[in-house]
Amino acid sequence: MSESRQPVISVRNLVNRFGKQVVHDGVNLDVMPGEVLGVVGGSGSGKSVLLRTMLGLQRPSSGEVRIEGRDITQMSDSELLSVKRRYGVTFQHGALFSSLTVAENIQLPIREYFDASPEALESLTELRLRMVGLPVDAGGKLPSQLSGGMVKRAALARALALDPALLFLDEPTAGLDPISAAGFDELVTYLHRGLKLTIVMITHDLDTLLATCSRVAVLVDRKIVVDTLDGIMKNPHPWIQEYFHGPRARAAQAAV
Amino acid sequence: MLFESERSGDGLTLRLRGGWCIDNLREIESSLAQLNEQGRHVKLDFSGIETLDLSGAWLLRNWLERAKHAGGRFEVVGERPAHFAFLDELLEHKAAQPGEPAPGATSLRDAVVWIGRGAVQQGIQTRDAVGFFGRIAATMLRSMRSAHHLRLPSVVRHIYETGIQAIPIVSLIAFLISVIVAYLGAQQLQTFGAEIFTVDLVAISVLREMGVLLTSIIVAGRSGSAFAAEIGVMRLNDEIDALQSMGVDFYEVLVVPRLIGLVIALPLLTIIADAMGLAGGALLSSLLLDIQLSQFIPRVQDALAPTTFWAGLIKAPVFAMLIALVGTYRGMQVRDSSRELGRLTTLAVVQSIFLVIFADAIFAVVFVELDF
Repeated sequence: MSESRQPVISVRNLVNRFGKQVVHDGVNLDVMPGEVLGVVGGSGSGKSVLLRTMLGLQRPSSGEVRIEGRDITQMSDSELLSVKRRYGVTFQHGALFSSLTVAENIQLPIREYFDASPEALESLTELRLRMVGLPVDAGGKLPSQLSGGMVKRAALARALALDPALLFLDEPTAGLDPISAAGFDELVTYLHRGLKLTIVMITHDLDTLLATCSRVAVLVDRKIVVDTLDGIMKNPHPWIQEYFHGPRARAAQAAV
Repeated sequence: MLFESERSGDGLTLRLRGGWCIDNLREIESSLAQLNEQGRHVKLDFSGIETLDLSGAWLLRNWLERAKHAGGRFEVVGERPAHFAFLDELLEHKAAQPGEPAPGATSLRDAVVWIGRGAVQQGIQTRDAVGFFGRIAATMLRSMRSAHHLRLPSVVRHIYETGIQAIPIVSLIAFLISVIVAYLGAQQLQTFGAEIFTVDLVAISVLREMGVLLTSIIVAGRSGSAFAAEIGVMRLNDEIDALQSMGVDFYEVLVVPRLIGLVIALPLLTIIADAMGLAGGALLSSLLLDIQLSQFIPRVQDALAPTTFWAGLIKAPVFAMLIALVGTYRGMQVRDSSRELGRLTTLAVVQSIFLVIFADAIFAVVFVELDF
């Protein structure tokens, strides 16, 4: 894997508006290879829209989004497919296919793209399950039989199915108890360190942010502010101050 | 191939090359299979690998372990590939939790277990069904006593959705079917010069049977599926649990309004279907048989016994109850997955149509016996 300093994702002058409502007004963002970038913002600040735009699920009103140097906003659907093959995503509620077992969920993207023998599929499934710390017999279970923490891990295993270099995590620890959430943070850090993944993580969880992220992007006033963790804490913007220095934040920082 | 072999003085060297990544899954597999045949004492050189991802490393490492286990001796030349260290750590720290034993071959014991489990399941289902209908009966009684428990706005909504909105399709189908019956009947009866009896044929068949049966089948397809799907999705979203946690009786707010709504709507739809059926018959008679409306109406009045209309209409509320009960019951059974939702919605429609026809058969026998 080459460690070039070209950004993996580069968002330029992104504008998203729905009717009269402007969600993003000139958002610029670079995600460097091998970093964990946390994206935070209040409810309705457009985190999900930003994510969907970066995933190519939604075309922006204007601006460009480059993934590995290629502008996905101008791509045809078939070109987009080759980009989608390069990243993995976990959605907020897991979005595991409820009628398939965990193993089948993990195998689905592999089957979709490659012609693999059953043995290879099984072996690769085992690897994904081990990577996310799930017992191998969890593969035979249906998503409804899993606990909340296991659903998130299974979703991560599915996101890792195609060996992506880039991982998007949408609220990976939302709805988990603190112990499971801490376990998940540890897992993300472990995978990031071991596989040199580039990770973009949307989160509300300050503990997760402090534990895993190297840089933080804050969506405020329809723009984005990106800085290191220390830098962003010193940012004078009232929302950022409130977020990082409010009563809940102080408790989280005291704990770290 | 993703490797090349080179025989030198002190033995065989296998030089791996190319892309050992998930994109080349098939090629990796066949290469590994061929590597097996290369002998047991070899040097492995990983330095020629261009791209290696975790999947490739994993398959390679597994192969290596297996081959070592089988007595192979390998000497690694140069650097170990990337990711091997990660996999070592993974296997070391996250030792595989014991998986549950793979299901063995089917035996007599499994068959007994299977039958027993099925029987118990059936028992539970029957009990649930009885409980469900009992709860509904109890809730209905309560609803009758007070306006608050009746949920009138909800009832009205269901009358609108299952009744008013179904008027166009029900009218159209009733009209067309009676035109078909009249047309085919007229062809046969004309050969006897008895074409006037086409009117009797249409009037009796539409009023007694076809009006109500067709309407019920359409409504079962439209509303039976909607009931099952709506309630099923609410179950999947835990909305039913939410209602229960608020102390709101979901039979009262979800099941009974649908039942009452449909019991009111279906007879009204049947009357419309009857009217449209007669209109279809009248139209065809005047066009094809030259029986004008002024002749058609007295003929219909002669043909019908006073009970004919009621013999059809009286079945409508019963069919409505069957459709509503099956639809809501199947909706309540949805658990856990989207596939269940589809299966039970299908089941709701199939079963309610079956039950409607079955009940119609019973009505037919009873009415004949009663001379109704």
